[in-house]
Amino acid sequence: MKKIINNPHDVVAEMVSGMTRSYPQFIEKIPDTEAVVRSNKESMKGKVGIVSGGGSGHEPTHAGYVGKGMLSAAVCGQVFTSPTPDQIYAAIKAVNQGQGVYLVVKNYSGDVMNFDMAKDLADMDDIPVKTIVVDDDIAVENSLYTQGRRGVAGTLFMHKVLGAAAQQGASLDEIDALAKKVLPNIKTIAVALSAATNPEVGKPGFTLKEDEIEYGVGIHSEPGYRREKIKPSKDLVEELVGKLNDEMHLDGNKKYACLVNGMGATPLMEQFIFANDVLNKLEEFNIKPSFMKVGNYMTSLDMAGISLTLFEIKDNKWLDYLNFPVETIAW
Amino acid sequence: MTLTVDTLTSWMNNFANKIEENAQHLSDLDTPIGDGDHGFNMSRGMKAVKEKLATKPVDVTSAFKTIAMALISTVGGASGPLYGTAFLEMAKKSTTTNDLGELLDAALAGIEKRGGAKPGDKTMVDVWAKLVPDVKNGTLTEDKIHEAVVATKDMVAKKGRASYLGERSKEHVDPGSESSGYLFEAMLETEGLL
Repeated sequence: MKKIINNPHDVVAEMVSGMTRSYPQFIEKIPDTEAVVRSNKESMKGKVGIVSGGGSGHEPTHAGYVGKGMLSAAVCGQVFTSPTPDQIYAAIKAVNQGQGVYLVVKNYSGDVMNFDMAKDLADMDDIPVKTIVVDDDIAVENSLYTQGRRGVAGTLFMHKVLGAAAQQGASLDEIDALAKKVLPNIKTIAVALSAATNPEVGKPGFTLKEDEIEYGVGIHSEPGYRREKIKPSKDLVEELVGKLNDEMHLDGNKKYACLVNGMGATPLMEQFIFANDVLNKLEEFNIKPSFMKVGNYMTSLDMAGISLTLFEIKDNKWLDYLNFPVETIAW
Repeated sequence: MTLTVDTLTSWMNNFANKIEENAQHLSDLDTPIGDGDHGFNMSRGMKAVKEKLATKPVDVTSAFKTIAMALISTVGGASGPLYGTAFLEMAKKSTTTNDLGELLDAALAGIEKRGGAKPGDKTMVDVWAKLVPDVKNGTLTEDKIHEAVVATKDMVAKKGRASYLGERSKEHVDPGSESSGYLFEAMLETEGLL
């Protein structure tokens, strides 16, 4: 393992410190935690707080999306490990303005349990909290860490939509209703060229041969659904858009947002080549995305690979939420 | 069967000592079917509980809250939220009753809700579901605890990391059940509790 770190045990604390000190205009650390909160407190006044989080190693998720117009706070667990309820609860308290707090959780058993527990702690102190569990990954129905589908890069669209709605004054119930409407319309699928190496483990989570790829891997290098020889970008797109089409029944009369997401070790050059092929493929369905992003948004440490998310825009308001201006490190 | 801050504290201290003595054994149980850290995680958690309880809580409710918070902030994994929930539910229930049986009923309901496990899924629920009625009937014995723990050996795991092993999870005692067994043993050994 070659990584620019000090002690493997300190990676999360040192990362949070580096992030908050580099971008004090957006985020600050919540004392005695590895959670970050907006430094623009004025922007949270009278609004519902939106809190997300999960294991570290997915940067810029989640701390990179904390700021005016998007998340109110993010909780960083240890690498690929859920944060503990007390830390999540500290974030809830830090953003609570009396209007309630909304939790965006990715579907992993540990995250679901720990966020649920934080919600109970908030209940005991009469802070109203509601939750959405994002399960956008269509690759597998159950996985090593989940009951049901995993939550992956599509979670970003949920953060963006709910963050914009909260900024514009939506109530906790309105945000909950919005989240539930949006959720079934976000779908993601990935392909990996190599696995991630967790600094505390020191070796890759799985091994692929030099010329092998794996379809459907999760963001912790969890198994996907098929391995085969590496193929040209347009063939990868054929497979992934095909899978999304099976799920979503792509239709040229409908609107879509699209996210091409690098997993950590895939250069932007390759991401744009892939994006170019995605746009070509979508044209066959007469689809031109109404909103598009290409870049490293939800990574898996140094995993080489890419994920493709489509979000069917059933309400034009959702598009406005996606375009709503934010003040964050990474959106 | 009425709990006081003193009996709760000695129960927890007894539990902490058992976890400490058996930390390696619990982690060994966790190795073939989980990720091998149950004993170390629980031992870290119960050390924190012992330290926190040393400054005597004002009442049973705040004692339960202290225990819950110490566990959830230090244990991690799935065991942190599950044990944390058990004590948090007892904290809630203790505002209306100090009856140990009723408190344990609330704890078990909390564990089931949090983890979504039912009896037979090869989790700590199996031990709790068998032994809570014994506590309430005054019929808890060491043999019954042992039986409840060992019964998980022949089950196929339906929840948690072990469930991915399917049939291969047989032949192993569930580590969460073993640590829960210690909790009930500690209860038996605490004077004035049952």
